[in-house]
Amino acid sequence: MGFLDTLLGRTKPVPPKLDALFSLPTAAVTLQAAMGFVPTGSGSVCFRAAEGRAFHDIEAEVRELLSMGEEAARVEVTRDSYGFTWLVCRHSSDDMEALVTDLHAVNISLAEGGFGPQLLCTLVGFTDSAGRKLGIVYLYKRGTFYPFAPQAGEHRDNALELEVRGNIGSDLPIEADLSRWFPVWGAPGL
Amino acid sequence: MVRTRYAPDRGLQARMGLTLFLLGLVFVAFVIALVFILIAFKVGAGAIIFFAVILGGGLAFGSLFWSDKIALRASGAKEVSPAEAPQLHGIIDRLCALADMPKPRVAIAQADMPNAFATGRNSKNAVVCVTTGLLRRLDDKELEGVLAHEMSHVAHKDVVVMTVASFLGIVAGLLVRFAFYSELFGGDRRGGNNNNGGALPVLLIVLLVSAVVYAISFLLIRLLSRYRELAADRAGALLTGQPSALASALTKVSGAMSAIPTRDLREAQALNAFYFAPALKADTVTLSTIFSTHPSLERRLQQLSEISAQLGR
Repeated sequence: MGFLDTLLGRTKPVPPKLDALFSLPTAAVTLQAAMGFVPTGSGSVCFRAAEGRAFHDIEAEVRELLSMGEEAARVEVTRDSYGFTWLVCRHSSDDMEALVTDLHAVNISLAEGGFGPQLLCTLVGFTDSAGRKLGIVYLYKRGTFYPFAPQAGEHRDNALELEVRGNIGSDLPIEADLSRWFPVWGAPGL
Repeated sequence: MVRTRYAPDRGLQARMGLTLFLLGLVFVAFVIALVFILIAFKVGAGAIIFFAVILGGGLAFGSLFWSDKIALRASGAKEVSPAEAPQLHGIIDRLCALADMPKPRVAIAQADMPNAFATGRNSKNAVVCVTTGLLRRLDDKELEGVLAHEMSHVAHKDVVVMTVASFLGIVAGLLVRFAFYSELFGGDRRGGNNNNGGALPVLLIVLLVSAVVYAISFLLIRLLSRYRELAADRAGALLTGQPSALASALTKVSGAMSAIPTRDLREAQALNAFYFAPALKADTVTLSTIFSTHPSLERRLQQLSEISAQLGR
């Protein structure tokens, strides 16, 4: 924010960074090779729905768009306790590219409708043979990723998260500020 | 093509710019007047003015530097961890991610008065505080609206801007006091002293000029504060995309505010400039509007409904 912005008390809504999502498939390969985590095939886009007709129309459009096509994804919409909307896409677990393409389509639709600043994060689910869960969260405004490993009873497996950071750090831009690794309890697709 | 729905309020920005310009103008005029008076009378009220500037600067700097601690102490608020207030932290986490700003500390004040404030000299030292009365009365959507408003205060660096803007008023106020007391106590001591005969009119004139400057800067600062509130409402509503939730919170808080006993309200008055809604009774509208730190409820609701219409298009 510049000096003049401070003086005049204005903040512009932050546009999302969308392209970094496409490095997810590479990271998924690394995760599987190094730590045995495989994609669950589900991924979700989380956004804050704006009030009014315009946003509602765009949201309906996006859902329609995703449910068309040959290898149509199974799409599901849920609201979390914070009032954020999660659009969950499910593909077969080996088709990371198709999942990322779908997630990107959601982002582009919202951004083109002028609601890019409403995008919060995207989450792609992983799991290993021991049944441990792992989400890779993408922060749209930062253009960075962080791992989120929930355990029973709203606890986080910080050791696992840091291990993941070490392994995929070269594939993905990891969020350096740990205070921004906020927990997404109850996120669908985990 | 990626389009944006963000439409800046140029009118508000222009009015805010003009207010700041006028404040600067008053400041310059004040300095020139003081220098002129001192030169014209060739006497040393300089020490008093120097002292007032140093003390005023010190006060402004202190209140800026320790603003978070002062506000937390004055409101009796306690910082809370994510484990103590998971929902509150969760909302703020998400707002930070939406706005791409570092997370402020979070505090809760044990008070029945529904209110919230943000303070701290920069975003690293920022604290966002809500009262238990607010948490009890608002639902999550409304709470999010209020917090987005407070986070916008942090983003706009309102504590710094308002403190710097208040500096002039503090100095002028101190000068009035100093000049008054030195007249009172130093007057008859100097009465028979011919060497210092010019001191009486000089101090009177300094007193007069300072009083005028104090009055003008006071009104301008209050005006600026109201514009900053409108700007924070606007940025907060655009951040969540839910202007109506903020409007609903405002009506709830304002309604509850007038139902609270006056003793609590007086306790909170010193903090008013930082609060989400002022803790004053809003029954006398005519003169109180130009003295108040916050715009009227109608004005705020009107802006929010304009934003709502904008989002729906």
